[in-house]
Amino acid sequence: MRLLGLRSFRHGVHPPEAKDETSGLPIRQFPFAPLLVVPLSQHAGKPSIPVVREGQEVARGERIARPDGDLSVAMHAPASGVVRRIALAPSIGGRMTAAVYLEPFPGSTQEVIPGRPCPLDSATPEEILAAIQEAGVVGLGGAAFPTHFKLRVPAGKSVDTLVVNGAECEPFLTTDHRVMLEQREDLFTGIRYLIKATGAPRVIVGVEENKPDAAAHLRAGVPRDLALEVELLRVKYPQGAEKMLITALLGREVPSGGLPVDVHALVINVATAAEIGRLLPLGRGIQERVVTVTGPAVKKKGNYRIPIGTPLRFVLETVGVEQSELNRVFLGGPMMGQAASSLDIPLTKGTSGVVAFTEELAEKTHLQVWPCIRCGYCLDACPIFLNPSQLGLLARNEEWERMAGEQNLFDCFECGSCSFVCPAHIPLVQQFRMAKAMVRKRGAA
Amino acid sequence: MKGRLARTLEIRTSPHIVSGYSVDTIMFNVVVALAPATVFALYAFGWAAAAVLVTAIASCVLAEHLVCRATGRATTVGDWSAAVTGLLFGLTLPSSLPLWMVVVGSAVSILLGKLLFGGLGRNPFNPALVGRAVLQATFPVPMTTWVVPFAADRFARLPSSTLAAPFLQPLYDAASSATPLSAWKFGHQATGTRELALGLVGGSTGETSAVLLLAGAAYLVARNMMGWRTPAAIFAAVAALSGALHLANPERYASPAFMLFAGGLMLGALFMATDMVTSPITHAGCWAYGALIGVLVVAIRAWGGMPEGVMYAILIGNAMAPHLDRLFRPRVYGAVPRRPVEAGR
Repeated sequence: MRLLGLRSFRHGVHPPEAKDETSGLPIRQFPFAPLLVVPLSQHAGKPSIPVVREGQEVARGERIARPDGDLSVAMHAPASGVVRRIALAPSIGGRMTAAVYLEPFPGSTQEVIPGRPCPLDSATPEEILAAIQEAGVVGLGGAAFPTHFKLRVPAGKSVDTLVVNGAECEPFLTTDHRVMLEQREDLFTGIRYLIKATGAPRVIVGVEENKPDAAAHLRAGVPRDLALEVELLRVKYPQGAEKMLITALLGREVPSGGLPVDVHALVINVATAAEIGRLLPLGRGIQERVVTVTGPAVKKKGNYRIPIGTPLRFVLETVGVEQSELNRVFLGGPMMGQAASSLDIPLTKGTSGVVAFTEELAEKTHLQVWPCIRCGYCLDACPIFLNPSQLGLLARNEEWERMAGEQNLFDCFECGSCSFVCPAHIPLVQQFRMAKAMVRKRGAA
Repeated sequence: MKGRLARTLEIRTSPHIVSGYSVDTIMFNVVVALAPATVFALYAFGWAAAAVLVTAIASCVLAEHLVCRATGRATTVGDWSAAVTGLLFGLTLPSSLPLWMVVVGSAVSILLGKLLFGGLGRNPFNPALVGRAVLQATFPVPMTTWVVPFAADRFARLPSSTLAAPFLQPLYDAASSATPLSAWKFGHQATGTRELALGLVGGSTGETSAVLLLAGAAYLVARNMMGWRTPAAIFAAVAALSGALHLANPERYASPAFMLFAGGLMLGALFMATDMVTSPITHAGCWAYGALIGVLVVAIRAWGGMPEGVMYAILIGNAMAPHLDRLFRPRVYGAVPRRPVEAGR
């Protein structure tokens, strides 16, 4: 749908963009940490199964874990080195998960070993999906859902449009912006694979209006034989959410509880598509990803290609932070990103950004909670047209079932817009997460 | 790299940024928006108005503070809502009202209108109007005795009624005047729209200057601190209904312009009906709520026993607000039609 001439969706919020400091900085290669910690569970679904032993030497790009079933992907060595241990490692939420501890060889040239290419011309759709799974590709926008699984069109359904998500609506993050500018050919190659895999006759790349250079760069390079449109989107959060993007570009509403394929669409992030285009022709797997490292506490802000498994502490020490002022570090953007419980956690495939806040900025969220005054800001913010005010009152009374039943709690995708605008500073989305957990727990019991 | 990074991290769940709006800033800005009309009230009615407004604000804030103290809670006067209630309450009173009645009304506003229901955000009715309704029922004569605006001695002395002793019949020495609405109701005298808009007429302290009230409301709407739908619906309903009546019988029913600008309609529609706590939260609910209030205002003014009906119209609207929200629930994104209830359940 169009709002005032530009493609957009109804409601949403306008957080400060905070992208200027990194959007102009080209992607730079990040050094190897002395010890990389590659978790076996970096994606939604079952953890991968390691295929290396402790003490084994591996080459950069070598497969170190295989998928465990359909909803799982392979893992690859982010560096040539020695597998020191396969043991538990802390993850972002504080839970310990199994990981491969890899010590890179110092002074190695870190050549990537050749793989088995997936030829675009001759591969069947099934072969392409298998190659994507084998390359360890998951949604790089942050969700880390196995991409091959998402791309599989269920029997009886069809896809008429592949939506490539270049909205990057989260403040601070500029990885997708840089990928569109610097990896255009990879992106187009990836899109060709995706068209072949899904049978989508039409491809639209949606780019928020604050990245006109990226949109122009893509438009200028579209090959004649590629049916691809680049559309500008209004700058509004959460423009990059799947449902909002489909509404903005196609004017369709994904049914409640349904998937984009129910309205004949598939959405894939630009970085994911570019990664497919970069990896599949060479038969490689994901060993690194582009991460925006930024925030007021960071000295050398930038967009870095960081090896998977690099500990957060190494990232921050390398870019330099004001230790005395450092207060909060979160992975992802400030609207949906998760705060790091420890500096020892590794970066994973789903890490699109590392944002470090100073005390000064963090204190702006240490606010007195007032009672709800029914101002209605949250209703005007919610892109799903829920009533967060009412949900918040029900949450206070622990009426979880009413939240789920009459108030459509499970349509909430936790974008955080309601909490962002609430003048009473009620932790709405936080309460909704808890409510969902309570409903699931009671449902399971 | 010197020294290992060692730092206790703060763990919070997203979002990690906020918009910067706050309940106390919204309430404070309501006071700011009412400032022009308040200053005009002081100019039109002199020291008497000042005494009423200061007493109303001070009593409301003090009442809330004392109740918080007495119940062992942290005081909530810092959220500015008690001050807003006091100011709004004071602006609805005749300037000659005895101050002890102002104190009683303020206490009723805060205690019965707000704190009894659990304080800010939980009251079903606009607290200022609850206080005013109780005063109207208890002291009908002082509540409808209006002094002449712009009296020559308004800055020289207070009316004797202002300082009347509690529980005694107040004596009035100032010249009283009819409000435009009572002049129409009981004498079929119409007042010019220009006088009404500018506030060159008698009435409650803060209701007289429509232009200044509109200016204050425009400020709040521009800052997204007031919903425009409710007043728009009220104005539309009042104009439509009174217009139809006026066309049918101009002798009996006043013109739409008179209905819009006379009495407490501007103050009520812009600053009372839009009270966030007591009005609907959904857009469609606001339209219905405003239309209901507008129709009630015209009905009470045209066919009721009293010349003015804004207060009762808004209170009835308040009572309907939760039901209107339920009735006009927005359709959820991607909602599929609910399945019919299964048989045998």
